[in-house]
Amino acid sequence: MNMLQILDLSVTFGGLHALRNLDFHVEEGEIVSVIGPNGAGKTTFFNMISGMVTPTSGEILFEGESLLNLDPSQVTERGIARTFQNVRLFANMTILENVMVAQHCRTHQKVFGALLQTKAFKSEEIAIREYGEEVLSFFGSRLIGYRLNQPASVLSYANRRRLEIARAMATRPRLLLLDEPVAGMNPRESAELTALIGRLRSEWGFTIVIIEHDMSVVRDVSDRVVVLDHGETIAQGSYDSVANDPKVVEAYLGRQVQDKNADEETSS
Amino acid sequence: MTATANDASTFEAPGLDWRRQIRFSAIGALSCAFIALAGMPVGLDRRSIVYPVLSLGYLSLFWVPFVLASLAGSQVVLEGMGERERDTRDLAAGALVGLGSALGLVGLMILVKNFNLRDPLVNWSPQLLELLSFNRSTTLGMLLWVVLGTTLGLLGGAMHVVPAMVRAKILTVVLSVLIVSVLQTFLTDLLEGFRLEVFTDFIYYKRGGLEILGALLVAVLAIAIPLLVAGRIKGLRARVQKMPPDERSRVNLVLLGVGAALLLVLPFFLGKIANELLANVGLFVLLALGLNIVVGLAGILDLGYVAFFAVGGYTTAVLTSPNSPGFSPELPWPVALIVVVVLTGLVGLFIGAPVIRMRGDYLAIVTLGFGEIIRLLFLSDWLSGWFGGAQGITNIPGVDVGIGTVKGTDPRSVFLLVLVFCGIAIYVSWRLEHSRLGRAWMAIREDEDVAEAMGVNTTSTKLMAFVVGAVLASFSGAIFSAKVGSIFPTSFIMLVSIIILVVVIVGGMGNIAGVIVGAVVLIGVLGGPKQPGLLQELGQFKLLIYGALLVWMMLKRPEGLVPNVRRSRELHQEEFLQDAWLKGEIDEEDPS
Amino acid sequence: MTTTHDAKLTSRVLWVDRFLTLIRITFIVVISVGLLAFVAQQINPQNPFAQWANPDATGLTAPQFKGLLVTGLAQGAMYGLIALGYSMVYGVLGFINFAHGEVFMVGAMSGMITSNKLADAGLWEDAFLLCLLFIVVTSILLSTATAVIMERVAYRPLRGAPRLIPLITSIGVSFFLQNLSVVLLGPGAKSYPTLPSWLSQKRSLVGFQIEGTKLLVLLTAAVSMAGLWFLVERTRTGKAMRAVAEDKEIAALMGIDVNRTIVKTFAVGGAMAGVAGILWGILFRSVIHTTGFLPGIKAFSAAVVGGIGNLGGAMAGGLSLGAAEATAPLVLLEPLGVDGVSQLRDAVAFAVLIFVLLVRPSGLFGERLSEDERA
Repeated sequence: MNMLQILDLSVTFGGLHALRNLDFHVEEGEIVSVIGPNGAGKTTFFNMISGMVTPTSGEILFEGESLLNLDPSQVTERGIARTFQNVRLFANMTILENVMVAQHCRTHQKVFGALLQTKAFKSEEIAIREYGEEVLSFFGSRLIGYRLNQPASVLSYANRRRLEIARAMATRPRLLLLDEPVAGMNPRESAELTALIGRLRSEWGFTIVIIEHDMSVVRDVSDRVVVLDHGETIAQGSYDSVANDPKVVEAYLGRQVQDKNADEETSS
Repeated sequence: MTATANDASTFEAPGLDWRRQIRFSAIGALSCAFIALAGMPVGLDRRSIVYPVLSLGYLSLFWVPFVLASLAGSQVVLEGMGERERDTRDLAAGALVGLGSALGLVGLMILVKNFNLRDPLVNWSPQLLELLSFNRSTTLGMLLWVVLGTTLGLLGGAMHVVPAMVRAKILTVVLSVLIVSVLQTFLTDLLEGFRLEVFTDFIYYKRGGLEILGALLVAVLAIAIPLLVAGRIKGLRARVQKMPPDERSRVNLVLLGVGAALLLVLPFFLGKIANELLANVGLFVLLALGLNIVVGLAGILDLGYVAFFAVGGYTTAVLTSPNSPGFSPELPWPVALIVVVVLTGLVGLFIGAPVIRMRGDYLAIVTLGFGEIIRLLFLSDWLSGWFGGAQGITNIPGVDVGIGTVKGTDPRSVFLLVLVFCGIAIYVSWRLEHSRLGRAWMAIREDEDVAEAMGVNTTSTKLMAFVVGAVLASFSGAIFSAKVGSIFPTSFIMLVSIIILVVVIVGGMGNIAGVIVGAVVLIGVLGGPKQPGLLQELGQFKLLIYGALLVWMMLKRPEGLVPNVRRSRELHQEEFLQDAWLKGEIDEEDPS
Repeated sequence: MTTTHDAKLTSRVLWVDRFLTLIRITFIVVISVGLLAFVAQQINPQNPFAQWANPDATGLTAPQFKGLLVTGLAQGAMYGLIALGYSMVYGVLGFINFAHGEVFMVGAMSGMITSNKLADAGLWEDAFLLCLLFIVVTSILLSTATAVIMERVAYRPLRGAPRLIPLITSIGVSFFLQNLSVVLLGPGAKSYPTLPSWLSQKRSLVGFQIEGTKLLVLLTAAVSMAGLWFLVERTRTGKAMRAVAEDKEIAALMGIDVNRTIVKTFAVGGAMAGVAGILWGILFRSVIHTTGFLPGIKAFSAAVVGGIGNLGGAMAGGLSLGAAEATAPLVLLEPLGVDGVSQLRDAVAFAVLIFVLLVRPSGLFGERLSEDERA
């Protein structure tokens, strides 16, 4: 069954087509990579799934239910979590607080629970703290121990990326959207994270969509690759078939003889 | 500051920057002339600090050369950069700044003597000239200023030359004399309660200020007491530090309990004036704690906060007063309070719902608009059938609490009632800050879009901040109503919102202790919008000082007097990162 | 694995949205019923609908209405001039300079001082237009200086600080300037000298009876607006301002001195506020230290109504806001039977602001913001 199904979707910013008549689907348990040259509309694609951008036309179905007209928080509540291309942590909150706040939509305690310190409140606090630590320990010892109560701003770049993934995991999603998870990491770190992405599926049962520029990562993790260019899907299939597709090569390298339309810059 | 960091490519200590000294001299000259023209020296001359040598009026000028000279001499020492050796050149620089400041006054004196600009500038008066000349001839006055300014500047510069220990001692002495002198009303009242008025009679001059002997005594005590006690306190603190966390938190709890008990007993030893003062402070603590949730935790700049105070006050008045024009159920106060809380919460929702999605700065203006609309509605003839228009609602009964009635004529009872509600507000703020809701507020303050993408329903979470803030303000309104006994639209002008904001910011946004300190210092010393503080002579200068303080805090210390660790991290992100790096806390990339 | 779905998902439409729709509808209903009742009363105060809305209604005569409109437009022109300052600073720095209303107050105070001095010297009545020119120039100088110093001392050090910090600072500056006026010039209202009688006479112009003062106000505003338009659209400085508003870093790379351009923006905004201050003096002949507050807020509303960052919009917003607040109480509220409507003028101005932000947050004429602010 298709977990996420996107039908004939377009997003327009004042006459500029960021996405055009896009069809896309993800099956449960799949890892799909979305690649494409800069400005191909990849981040817009994520923004649109997570409800931060409203599509101009088309339909998004998640487990058979439409995601249109939902707030980002409601999308997350339905089981889709994401990370950001330019890591956006709550820098002045502690590492533990970062993963605790991400469980907001899975918890229910309101003002009175906190004021009266009810049993339910206390057990919920303990539960989300434990789950938070569990999520953090997925990345080894880097984010736990004495780190738990340090502000996120002291973390190194790679650890910030890891914490961002942990934070997305803490929302207890079924579909995880990772926006360039290894950008800025060295080869060793990126290889390690690639392995972790595989474990995210096998151990945690997440279905994953990744935007990535690093082709070795794409090759290693993806079941299927979708190539976007100028807001349109130009190819999809296994890594090998896509990598050899002339259209894809053209999108990345340009045509031998310059086409007039190819100069059109799509900026986002 | 970062600019200096970039420029400092060499690691040598830079020499004395004379251009900076000259700039500060000019600032000093302008400040002195401005303070004199604002009328501070004349207006505040009545209040002595040390009788008969120093009045608040003269103090308003004296601090300028001293503080500016010391500021001009201070320099940012960057990591890895040597500090400049301090020597006599610093003294000279200080003297220069002091002299410059004094010259500003001398220039003003010449102008005042020869021209008459009294028409637009109300303080351009012979009294000013007389005061500036120390009641002697103008020429002598000018000479005196030159000498005084230079000396004060010299002292200011000397602050950098003397060893840190001496500097700390001097500052302690100066500050204690000032503080003890300012606290006169309060201390007299307090010691009378303990039948110790002998002491206050000795140190204080009856019409305000310390006697010279008293000032000397205070100075001696300020040096002696730390010497006697410091060791012991240090020892105690070290012992507490060594305790296991459990025990430490138990000790903290006991200390908190003792503190609370002392506070509850305190009013019985205080007289009317001090109790009244503290009751006012308490009302503002309540208001500030409420605004702290909205501004400090959730990061929503609400400039119409006074609206909730007004709704709380008016609802109480309508429900309890027999003189309420439209609807007068004459409920007892506690019953009315329940209605007040519910109603203010609803008003919070009603005002909050339309504004909550707006951008931060639009939200500020629109809440301000709502604040004014609510006041205008209470003032209008249209609704005067309900709220009495400009005449307001009078004859509001006190709070009947069984053993007595809390009302304005008995400030002690008011203070006790306020204390109880402050306790509630502190508890609420503290618990909420460390709950699911509090974390969501902080996340929104950090990055609203991301918070929403992480599943926080920003709309309802922000609304909740609005409502909790509103409810806390309504407590204050309800007590205010019962305390004053009558209520008018003029009590709820926008000024109140701004002053509460200043209290929150000066104290430290997002920090309960900070907010309380802010309210105690500002409302206690300077006074509220209508309520006098300890320095009631300040009168019309009070608001000027509030404005200047707000700007200065934002420029120099945006995290407030008692900073919230989190908040100051946010405001000094870069410096904090550097510190963490130096301490080795920041993690290096994994060794590969 | 740990995902649980026992909880009920939040509904698609939040109650807040429903509530907002309700508020919008209420606004529109009140406006339309008020208008209908007004029309009904104009046709015949005795007709049943008018009677139902307000039995004591009398309706307005055409001259009354035109009088209100002219008054409103004159004030609106003044709001428009102040609004330009808000709009320009917002365009360049992206924050609301709350203290801009006080710059206007400084202009009005300066005009009060100089005009009284001129009146004492006996020049006011004899050479009114020259005097006017003189007080406008001095007022422009003083308020420009205020705005520039304000930028240098309070705002420049805060560039790049979190968004709320400069906003709070500007509130402090505003508070400081108000009270500065109290301590320097004394509390209480101060008045302008009487205007020459030939100026206060009514003249008829395209069917309107306009008092000379209001005509003067409208003319001055038009001239200033034209000057500003020329500056922004036709000079190098204007081009630099537009470039800085679009993107500070790129502008700097293109060789534009960003700091100087920002100072110039404050200066121009201050000058406009200075002119507006004199117009206030001519219209009301009385200033007090709080004079800047309400017009400041209303001018900000005007800037929002016109679409913040949009200069023509600011003027249009000012005129419409002025017209609305002058006529709305009598046209909308009086027919609905609200008592003492003139007291609610200011409330109307705020309501307009809230209404516009609720219905069309980008203003009636659209915002002109740079990319990063839109994002």
